[in-house]
Amino acid sequence: MPALTKADIAERLYQEVGLNKREAKEMVEAFFSEIRTALSQNEQVKLSGFGNFDLRDKKERPGRNPKTGEEIPITARRVVTFRPGQKLKAKVEAYAGTESQ
Amino acid sequence: MTKSELVELIASKQPQLSVKDVELAVKTILDHMSHALSQGQRIEIRGFGSFSLHYRAPRVGRNPKTGETVQLPAKYVPHFKPGKELREQVNDGLKAGY
Repeated sequence: MPALTKADIAERLYQEVGLNKREAKEMVEAFFSEIRTALSQNEQVKLSGFGNFDLRDKKERPGRNPKTGEEIPITARRVVTFRPGQKLKAKVEAYAGTESQ
Repeated sequence: MTKSELVELIASKQPQLSVKDVELAVKTILDHMSHALSQGQRIEIRGFGSFSLHYRAPRVGRNPKTGETVQLPAKYVPHFKPGKELREQVNDGLKAGY
């Protein structure tokens, strides 16, 4: 099964919400870009029923170049983590597919 | 930022759409994504990241109240991997002092 993309979501908005094609495309772009902007301003994003996008600040730690074996520090950074909500977890838990993910 | 704040924000930049329209659109997007994952379908959003399912093997758990052991069946959990653009933008935010 091919992955769901922005184009698929825009098509759904066109079919079911009645946005025109341009509005649907812009809506999908706006949705993800506003979430990205909030996260880049260190603001957690909470989408009830779906999940939360949280931010974590990581300290610098020692690392290694896996190819050369050379030791190089992994710089301090901020990372995004996703915590699925109860509703989404419950929906997904039941998935019995054997396809490797 | 909550879902309703996200709706307000998008609506304020799309004057031709009402808050109600945007509310319905955001709900439809999230429902579509949840449904896809519940069917085992991956989601790939260029510039944002991808969602997929991770397998959790069956295990023996314990009821913390009674101490009784319980068999927990195998299950799938949603997983998000941030895309390059999102990773960079968030990290640039850190450097910019957010």
